[in-house]
Amino acid sequence: MNYDASWERAITARNIPGIQNKLTSGRIAVAGLGGLGSNVAVMLARIGVGNLLLVDFDRVELSNLNRQYYDTTHLGQLKTDALKSQLDKINPFVRTETRAVKITPDNAADVFRGWPIVCEAFDRAEYKAILVNALLEQGGTRIVAVSGLAGYDSSNAIQTRRVFDNLYVCGDFKPPPREGIGLMAPRVSVCAGHQANMAVRLLLGIGEA
Amino acid sequence: MTVNGQPAALREAVSLGEFLRDHGYDTQRVAVERNGSIVPRKDYETQTLSDADRLEIVCFVGGG
Repeated sequence: MNYDASWERAITARNIPGIQNKLTSGRIAVAGLGGLGSNVAVMLARIGVGNLLLVDFDRVELSNLNRQYYDTTHLGQLKTDALKSQLDKINPFVRTETRAVKITPDNAADVFRGWPIVCEAFDRAEYKAILVNALLEQGGTRIVAVSGLAGYDSSNAIQTRRVFDNLYVCGDFKPPPREGIGLMAPRVSVCAGHQANMAVRLLLGIGEA
Repeated sequence: MTVNGQPAALREAVSLGEFLRDHGYDTQRVAVERNGSIVPRKDYETQTLSDADRLEIVCFVGGG
């Protein structure tokens, strides 16, 4: 199907007026396409953030479907491919790049070069720390990371905090003993919303205390 | 010394890595700013803390 420019305007017609140019020219990378990252990318595509980088090496499996933006037709597909196909259907005017690679201390700076805002959306704490440290050591990137979103504690316990100059963290900040408690769509989505909104605020030049 | 905005006692000159382990942190799951600058992970064992330091420690919890 061919979409003309009137579609692009219509898709974002209900956004806040006056900011669309910044959103359309914006560049946001999403590292990890699980419960956080897949939902963050969908929200950013819906409001017309014009350039997204999707990074994940994993494939869609059944245990993802309780919280991630995939369905049974995506089982076995690379998450990068499955999510790109979802975004293309939601907002075909978003330019989506994909990298199906595992992030290491050695490749992180290279993969995210040219992406000034990175949403850290990995599942395992060790990989969160690898990415955040590599990007902060490299400099020039603002990171919106997540720490703590498991279970069904109060939604109000999830916060967005600026912890370093270039590092924002969303989550309930509960200590490690909670690890292993299940992850479920409602609270994961609350946290993904925090993360996506913080990324948008950074794109618009707004910080957070 | 100040750690995450709170006063903390530094009993002896220890490396950042030792300090983190002594306080229950897994060094594979943290990011640390010392006096406003990120500490490269490769320097955790070689940077010796002093009583004048300000540390900000972020500890990541899994789930995504």
